[in-house]
Parts: sequence; C-alpha cells; structure tokens
Amino acid sequence: MDIGVLALQGDFSEHFQVLQTLSVSARLVRLPGDLSGLDGLIIPGGESTTIGKLAAAYDLIEPLRQFGREHAIWGTCAGAIFLSKDARRDQPLLELMDIRVERNAFGRQVDSFEINLDVPFFKDGIEHPYHAIFIRAPIISAVDRDARTLLTLPDGRIVAAQQGKLLATSFHPELTPDTRFHAYFLDLARS
Amino acid sequence: MEQQVATFKVKKGLAQMLKGGVIMDVVTPDHAKIAEDAGAVAVMALERVPADIRTHGGVARMSDPELIIQIMDAVSIPVMAKCRIGHFVEAQILEALGVDYIDESEVLTPADEEHHIYKHDFKVPFVCGCRNLGEALRRIGEGAAMIRTKGEAGTGDVVEAVRHARSVLGEIRRLQNMPEEELMSFAKEIGAPFELVKETRELGRLPVVNFAAGGIATPADAALMMQLGVDGVFVGSGIFKSGDPAKRAEAIVKATTHYQDPKILGDVSRNLGEPMVGRQVTDIPEADLISTRGW
Repeated sequence: MDIGVLALQGDFSEHFQVLQTLSVSARLVRLPGDLSGLDGLIIPGGESTTIGKLAAAYDLIEPLRQFGREHAIWGTCAGAIFLSKDARRDQPLLELMDIRVERNAFGRQVDSFEINLDVPFFKDGIEHPYHAIFIRAPIISAVDRDARTLLTLPDGRIVAAQQGKLLATSFHPELTPDTRFHAYFLDLARS
Repeated sequence: MEQQVATFKVKKGLAQMLKGGVIMDVVTPDHAKIAEDAGAVAVMALERVPADIRTHGGVARMSDPELIIQIMDAVSIPVMAKCRIGHFVEAQILEALGVDYIDESEVLTPADEEHHIYKHDFKVPFVCGCRNLGEALRRIGEGAAMIRTKGEAGTGDVVEAVRHARSVLGEIRRLQNMPEEELMSFAKEIGAPFELVKETRELGRLPVVNFAAGGIATPADAALMMQLGVDGVFVGSGIFKSGDPAKRAEAIVKATTHYQDPKILGDVSRNLGEPMVGRQVTDIPEADLISTRGW
C-alpha cells in the first residue's frame, strides 16, 4: 500500500514520519503526477488558504477531487477545511465532504489547547482516551447528507467526521506519538 | 482531564503548521490582505519594515496596538508582532492584544543588553533570532517555541542568512558525529543548556521549527534557504520594497513549496519587476549591524 502526503505547505513531514514508523510506504505529493498509484492521501495541518491557493495554482484541485471519489483522503485541521464543502469564506476548497467548517473556531493561538477524548470506535478508546491537540483549530459546524459525526468534544462540538473513505479531524494526530488515528485511516485506505 | 492551554506543545505546534511557508512583514491592513492573497502562512505586523528602520534611524519600538489590531481584523491567517529584546512589558501588551506569535526581535532597539525575556511565563508563543546553535538553544531554554536565523534584516543581501543557517545546521551535523563524552564540553563551548544539546543530537535538528530570515528578496533566495535545510522563510523588506509586491509575494510562496524544482523556480522568477534596492552587508559599518544585537 502506498500513501501520499500533500506537501504544498504545513506539517507534512510529521505525517510522513508517522507513516514511516508504521512501516507504510509514503510519498510526498506536490504536483498532479505525484498522485498516480497511491491508495490514499493525507492532507496535513498548515494554513488552509495557502494550501488551497498552491493547489489551484498547480492544477491539483480537479485531480484531487477525482482521487477522492475513488480513494481514501484524510485531512487534519487545514486539511479538514480543504476537504469541506463550505468554510464560510472565499478560498479554494475540494468540496469532497458534506461538512461545513468554522475556521479558528476556538479563538486565536492563546486559546489553542490539548485535551483527552474518549474514542468509542477505537477498541481501547475508553480505557485509553485519545490525547488530541487543537491549534487555531476549526470545528465542523454542520454534517450533511452522507457525512457522519465521528467525534465530539465534551460540549458537543464536532471535531471529526467521516464520509465513506474520507476523514476529517480538527486536531493533529501527527503531533502525538499515539498512532491509532493513522491506523484507522490506513484501514480505510485498505478497504 | 481538563483542557490544557498554552502548553509548550501547542506553542511549538503552531510553528509546525507554518512549515514550508512564507511569513511576510506588513505595515498596513492592505499589505496584510495582499500577503494573505499571495499565500503567506502568517504576517508580521509592524510600523516600518527593517529597510525603513535602517534609514529612519532612532529608537525602534513595538508598533502601535491600533495598527496591530487593524491587521488582525483584516486577515484570517496568524498575526505576529515584534517586541524589543528583553522588553517583557511590550510582550505582555502584545499577548493581551491576542497576537498569535511574538517575535522578540533584534530588528527593534534592544531594551536589555544582557537578558532576554523569560518566555515560559507567557501563554503566547515566541520566535527569536539566532546566529548559531548556542544562541538558538539559549533562546529555546528561555521558552522560545520557534527559531529564525537572523540574517541581516533590511538589506536584501542573503549572505548573512546563509552564514547563520550554515552555522546552525553545520553545528548540528558536528554534534551528531560527536562521541557522548564530548557533549558536555560542546555545551560549555557554545554556551547552551546541556539537556537541549542532547535533545538536538538525538533529533538531528533543532527541537523547534527553524525558519530563515534577514535578506531574502527573491524566489531563488527563498529556495536557497530551503535547500540548505530550514523549515520556512520570513521575508521582511523584500516584498513591499519591490516593484510589484503582490506578484513577488506569490512567486516567493511558490518557490518555498517547489524549492527543489529548478524549472518551476525559473517560471516563477520571470518578469517580477524590480527587486528591492539592496545594500551589501559588507558596506555596512559594524556598529550598524542588526544581527549582533542579543547574544
């Protein structure tokens, strides 16, 4: 199995390193041709406006949409915004997932936080909560049609959603040593 | 567990999100919009770009909070602002304004020639300049969550940026080839905290994100710094002191992503108009150098 990491901007090398720890063959994607032969793609954290503009400038929007209709894509933070249908702002989006996101929903950087979350769909996700890191994070403010809520904060706000093989998380599993979210995504890519 | 804010992990984490990107100096909300539209990952809000600080002379201080607030309102990307070295009250004010990162910067006139700010006490993360590994690790020891090599700000001459990046990255390579019993002497030699020396050796890189700054004026300059091994670039005077800032800004963003692709670098470098009028670092009297401020 070959997994790509979109390397236009952001913490793509952190995702790349997690994939290497899991002994998954990984490749950086910067141009449309880099997508061929991949079984799945991760869109990292970063600035969603920057990633979107660079994707548009190098004709990646359509190839990424096409890729996402057949394969697994996981977006973390900026990547989740990029996958969404609506970010309530004029910026290039893939519009692959029927979710609406609210950027910087928790405030500015001083409001960035870490928290333990129960993850019922992990085998051991209650005994061993998942330590999630939110950095100027978006929330998923609406989940429509085929998309479903995967995870919420204790106050009910949605921070992860899935639609078939497409996965969006507001937080950054690539910044922790816990590889359970990466393993979850790899299962999606394999299915 | 309750929600934890302002941990070192989230401070350092924002810098990780900026990697592979360009942080641009802006002096008005309109500049900030141009920078955001060009694909900047963050903007540095200030009253004068370093080239103007050089010509203007006098004491350079933290910018007017009103300007910083206007810039924060104008864009959705992170906004950074500068305080003087050692001026912890300017830092307190910037934190209260809600800026996303503080640059404790040698570009402003230092407020303290001996002591930098104790940055662990703040909720907002800090970026600091360095010329070598020892200086970088001292700043991280004080709580900096991001490092930038200093270069020589406001010159458009990349030579010091190259010197400082080579110095930091070269010392890390040297550290990695050193037997363990030499680490303590090395820490003493470069004046760096021992634990951070060990951590740097294990990681094979600085423990926080490391951008290049000071003199980057062209897409090729940005790609040069990226190929040398930094995580991203700051462009100060290089954009808004050039003939066509929007076009140059976008070209530098593209060059920072495609830094290993000379064909793309050639394409983005075409017809950019006049670059900023540079000033050769070797023509600047030693007393006027900015990068020697701080220690």
